Amino acid sequence: MTDLSYSPASSGSSATKIALRWGLYIMLGLFALFYLMPLFVMVTTSFKSLEEIRTGDLISLPREVTLDAWRTAWSGACTGIQCEGVRPFFWNSVLIAIPAVMISTLIGALNGYVVAQWRFKGANLFFALMLFGCFIPFQVVLLPMARMLGLMGLAGTIPGLIFVHVIYGLGFTTLFFRNYYVSIPAELTKAAKVDGAGFFRIFWSIFLPLSLPIIVVTVIWQFTQIWNDFLFGISFSQAGTQPVTVALNNIVNSTTGVKAYNVDMAAAIIAALPTLFVYVVAGKYFVRGLTAGSVKG
Amino acid sequence: MKKQILGAVSGLAIVASSAAFAEPQAEVLHYWTSGGEAKSVAVLQEEFAANGGTWTDMPVAGGGGDAAGTALRARVLAGNAPTAAQIKGPAIQEWYQEGVLADISAVAEANNWAEVLPASIAGHMQCDGTWCAAPVNVHRVDWIWANAEVLSANGIEMPTTWDEFNAAAGKLQAAGIIPLAHGGQSWQDATVFEAVALGILGADGFQKAFVELDTETLTSDEMKAVFDQMRIMRGFVDSNFSGRDWNLATAMVMNGEAAFQIMGDWAKGEFMAAGQVPGEDFLCASTPGEGFLYNVDSFAMFAIDGEEKQQGQALLAELVVGQNFQKVFNLNKGSIPARTDVSLDAFDNCAILSAKDMAASSEGGSLLPSYAHGMALRGAQSGAITDVVTAHFNSDMSSDDAVQMLANAIANSL
Amino acid sequence: MTKWLEENTPKLVLAPSFVAVLIFVYGFIAWTAWVSLTRSRLLPKYEIDGFIQYDRLFASPRWDTAFGNLFVFGFLFIVIAMVLGLILAILLDQNIRTEGAIRTIYLYPMALSMIVTGTAWKWILNPGLGLEATVRGWGFETFTFDWLVNPDMAIYTIVIAAIWQSSGFVMALFLAGLRSVDQEIIKAAQVDGIPTWRVYTAIIIPSMAPIFLSAFIVLSHLAIKSFDLVIALTGGGPGYATDLPATYMYAMAFSRGDIGQAASSAMIMMMVVFAIIVPYLYSELRSKDD
Repeated sequence: MTDLSYSPASSGSSATKIALRWGLYIMLGLFALFYLMPLFVMVTTSFKSLEEIRTGDLISLPREVTLDAWRTAWSGACTGIQCEGVRPFFWNSVLIAIPAVMISTLIGALNGYVVAQWRFKGANLFFALMLFGCFIPFQVVLLPMARMLGLMGLAGTIPGLIFVHVIYGLGFTTLFFRNYYVSIPAELTKAAKVDGAGFFRIFWSIFLPLSLPIIVVTVIWQFTQIWNDFLFGISFSQAGTQPVTVALNNIVNSTTGVKAYNVDMAAAIIAALPTLFVYVVAGKYFVRGLTAGSVKG
Repeated sequence: MKKQILGAVSGLAIVASSAAFAEPQAEVLHYWTSGGEAKSVAVLQEEFAANGGTWTDMPVAGGGGDAAGTALRARVLAGNAPTAAQIKGPAIQEWYQEGVLADISAVAEANNWAEVLPASIAGHMQCDGTWCAAPVNVHRVDWIWANAEVLSANGIEMPTTWDEFNAAAGKLQAAGIIPLAHGGQSWQDATVFEAVALGILGADGFQKAFVELDTETLTSDEMKAVFDQMRIMRGFVDSNFSGRDWNLATAMVMNGEAAFQIMGDWAKGEFMAAGQVPGEDFLCASTPGEGFLYNVDSFAMFAIDGEEKQQGQALLAELVVGQNFQKVFNLNKGSIPARTDVSLDAFDNCAILSAKDMAASSEGGSLLPSYAHGMALRGAQSGAITDVVTAHFNSDMSSDDAVQMLANAIANSL
Repeated sequence: MTKWLEENTPKLVLAPSFVAVLIFVYGFIAWTAWVSLTRSRLLPKYEIDGFIQYDRLFASPRWDTAFGNLFVFGFLFIVIAMVLGLILAILLDQNIRTEGAIRTIYLYPMALSMIVTGTAWKWILNPGLGLEATVRGWGFETFTFDWLVNPDMAIYTIVIAAIWQSSGFVMALFLAGLRSVDQEIIKAAQVDGIPTWRVYTAIIIPSMAPIFLSAFIVLSHLAIKSFDLVIALTGGGPGYATDLPATYMYAMAFSRGDIGQAASSAMIMMMVVFAIIVPYLYSELRSKDD
């Protein structure tokens, strides 16, 4: 804690101090309102009836709270001729996100470990190439990737989507782990080598146990990216493997149909619940993980 | 009603089953996902199932089919094309040229499509003399919708010329009513633009400008007049129009906040959903000028292996153009059947007017493809025009500059 | 053999990733470069036809707008998100009792995709429905906030929404940085009677230089990839005033069937990325390892 407010240096009357403190909380509160505004709009709208939305203010509390929209969004909204809400697609997203996060994190950890601790000629070039890969706009890779997935026989399948997410997640996971491991003294590895420990053994028993904070950061990052992905989801899925974002898009977007905004908003919140949950529960560890060195570069 | 469908379906089933050896299968990529649209597709799926087929649904909504187009490209490149996909306009021929579409001439000939479809619509379904797509419906684009009460309270008739429209709009504005409900999204700007262009250029001029891309017409004084009228219309929309969804604009007409909206007949569904009655609560008329701009949804079949899937394609094509589906689907969707021999008894007045005008303009040679909805030109070309239209509408560009930009954009669109 | 294996394990571990990156990043960039020299329309074609796509690109007023927007948007987004993130981190680092809750509130937008929040933002920013109407409803009749519908200002609403989404993450980065500054130095400074703001500007902030760099990289990556944001909020409008290169490319490739044009715009984007990332890599890797 950079605990400056209580330091003797910033001396002043206690009245000023209290005023400052109040000012501080008001500032923080105002910013909180800014961040919460869209969520407020979404939540209130999801509890309104369509009639109320059509006639009333968009930004106001519901006159009558109804849960219909939530029920419809979860299990009744049409996403095509299936009218089963977002529920069936939720599972697809889970099946895609969990393996993709685990695999990309594991590979990223190994890559980071090599680049940071087992430097050899070309390791930096490798890292530079990986990092540049983070920046490639995904729209660029859609068509060639479709071709490759076709050749690999993975087109339209869940393993195909996992593969794509792993490939384009590697840049960031490698970056995170490399920046974390680079701050661990090289002497540690050297000493272990002298003791006869091999590559994997050092990783397994020395580095991995130290890695919890950065694993949390990486997992949160990857999970958010993959769960929220839409572009890969529509391009590389087929009937039966579409993730929840595609279902959400199908509910929300309609070219020539009537829009049920309350259902849209409820579906949007449901689709976002897993990532929200992760941020709320693991947010603390996220900052801790970043503190633990990942950002020191 | 339900019984009637079943009756028709089982009749078809006999026809189809005599030809079927294996179970027909179809994976259908479409972008009809929302309530009313989805129900309309469900009708097709039910018929398909009643004929022993297995339907796999692959819906991808968004951007008027852009997202579905993305998915389709990815799947074709992956060698994993869907059985059928919702494609329309010249895009059908473009896909055909890529050599990926299947020939459904056998079905078309057996069911006499050439006889029951208007010639210009049939033309869109054919590639190099073979049939390569099946039409679902005809949306009319050049509609003007109005709030009946607002018009009568202000002593205004439905306008039949653009001058009348301008006069009426001026009067409404003075009365504190927004004359034109509009959503500032580029495709909506383009929708209004082509309605104005049809009125001012006439059917021949429209054909020259937006089908043949004739430079002389595109830079003519008439075209400048079209942009002038767009500039006038810009004064009739409220200040918050940017980015507004079309259905919110329709809602403005519904609740009397605005008087008119220029939009395709899917807007009717929005009025109906709110319990309004055509002719009483809201009025429909074609926009000022002669002609009929159509927007036809269709399914194209992809060349794929597998007996079941090929049979699925044949069955799907047959059902899509079948009398029953054409009727039920279009009742749901607000459009009219593509085939001309479907009884319109159950349809509302606007739809009947639409069908009448379609027949008349088909005779008179003014049945024209909508450029704004991708029926007249390749995407690159129609997109280039829309860029100019929307840039003009959303700035203070002069009409002279606009036609010049239009000519440049067309030249640059390959 | 075992010895060889032992010596080369690190390389073998990297090998799959190396191959993957070579094919799926650099191979695809090469593919894009190739296609950008062809007249590909609906699907990619491979007959080279010179630089016609680039000529078309540079003759397109819409591309001018999109490319210009990238710099306006990118600059404002990165600078404001960093400043805001830093301020929030400093405010939050003052022994705030409810820190956990506030931090989560600031951070949660990162968890949501813009498909989710786009509609809400659209309403809030719309003058007739959202903030302007609400504030006017409170009695401030002249309050005006119509950026969303003003072609000259609309790009700034994209900046606002982008900052909303990402500044919490930047705050988390800086908060982490503040917590890892050496406390001894700060204590010493305080003992010397140096005022608090001086401690921040002279000691703490300079010591966080690497974090600025990390934040810059994360933010510029987000800026260049910004896509959902524009699609959900303005659809590129009014007109095409808020188009960005990513949305331009997508429109060309997937709604207009103009893949050659899309590829050429992608190549220009890649060059911008290159110009940003290479200096970073150079400084990052040189200082540490040689």
